[in-house]
Amino acid sequence: MVDEEIADLAQALLALDEQRAVAVARALIDGGADPQAVLQRGLADTMLEVGRRWNAGELFLPEVVAAAEIFRLCNEIVEPALIAAGGRTLGHRVVMATVKGDLHDLGKNMVGAMMKTAGFEVHDLGKDVPAERIVEAVRELEPSIVGLSSLLTTTVPEQRAVLAALEEAGLRRSVKVMVGGAPVTEEWARQIGADGFAPNAPEAVRAALALVGDERLAGA
Amino acid sequence: MDGEKRRPLAILACGALAREVREIAWARGWDVDLHTAPALHHLSPKRIAPDVDRRLRELEQRYERVVVVYGDCGTGGALDAVLEAHGVERTPGPHCYEMLGGRAALDALRERPGTFFLTDWLVRNWDRAVVEGLGVGRFPFLRGPYFDHVTHVRYLRHERDPALTERARAIAEFLGCPLEVVDAGLGELEGRLTDLVERPAPAP
Repeated sequence: MVDEEIADLAQALLALDEQRAVAVARALIDGGADPQAVLQRGLADTMLEVGRRWNAGELFLPEVVAAAEIFRLCNEIVEPALIAAGGRTLGHRVVMATVKGDLHDLGKNMVGAMMKTAGFEVHDLGKDVPAERIVEAVRELEPSIVGLSSLLTTTVPEQRAVLAALEEAGLRRSVKVMVGGAPVTEEWARQIGADGFAPNAPEAVRAALALVGDERLAGA
Repeated sequence: MDGEKRRPLAILACGALAREVREIAWARGWDVDLHTAPALHHLSPKRIAPDVDRRLRELEQRYERVVVVYGDCGTGGALDAVLEAHGVERTPGPHCYEMLGGRAALDALRERPGTFFLTDWLVRNWDRAVVEGLGVGRFPFLRGPYFDHVTHVRYLRHERDPALTERARAIAEFLGCPLEVVDAGLGELEGRLTDLVERPAPAP
């Protein structure tokens, strides 16, 4: 029965039926279903499929963004149950931020939600975050990974500024830095000396797992 | 194509700037053909560079010279890499808001990152680009994730058309923000494009 409902949740997410997905997620959690199973099989696996269809040109931007938003809404229901149940944890912290001057956090939120699904402890600093605040968070939280997001062409250089600030604070070697966002490329990541880059949320999770030495999803 | 005489100049422009480019070309009397690439590529900027590459391959067969009217437009330098490979130049600038709004547009973004820019093209094509293109019509729950961060709407107006201004006002209302109208005209675009087109050809 629970398996059917989880399949129903996956189906609703894939069909971009927001109300149904949220209702099924709520029913599953209220009914005592294993939140990890709901998150992984109902939501995360489905988002991987959404990513695959996007890469294959079978889905377009609105569908992907809609799926991400439905994922977020469902995750808000599942996450408290996951935490209450002790949840699965990798023992790695991630600090995420949309860089200074940029208020676009859709992609960053999506990556953060999927990182949590994978077992990372995610600390989201929000949007329009100055480099100094990111440095402070790294000093205080000692994360394994910092994820920096930029949507605007004009704010992408701020990712380099964050790397420089981490270097200046003597923290650069203690943390892996991943960058992403629509105008961000692998070439840019290489150019500024970032440790990782991903073009979408599922790939970001794979890259993060690889950076912390967990190969569970690296070949998935 | 062999044996056909090549035309002197093509401008390959983003569709979002086509009207402005046509106006500049007409006013300056250039002997030029205007070709456009879909403005809606901006919804997935990774499409821009490959599409421009494909179009340049075709245009280079038919024209002595091609000039491109695009910003970096979120391609993260991929467009410039394509242009460099073709030996083609584009109008400088990160995006059309800066080309039309100039330094003030960048300052506005820095001082108020919640500034949302409208151009004549976006006002005219709001339904196609945003309501349909971003899926806000089909998925009303996306309005928040897309636009909650918007605090101001700045309309970089070119044509003083009351109907367009009224439409811009309606868009600002939809976004729940005050509308600021700036008569940008052709902004920096005219000078930058003229520099490119009228620059003397390099000595052979």
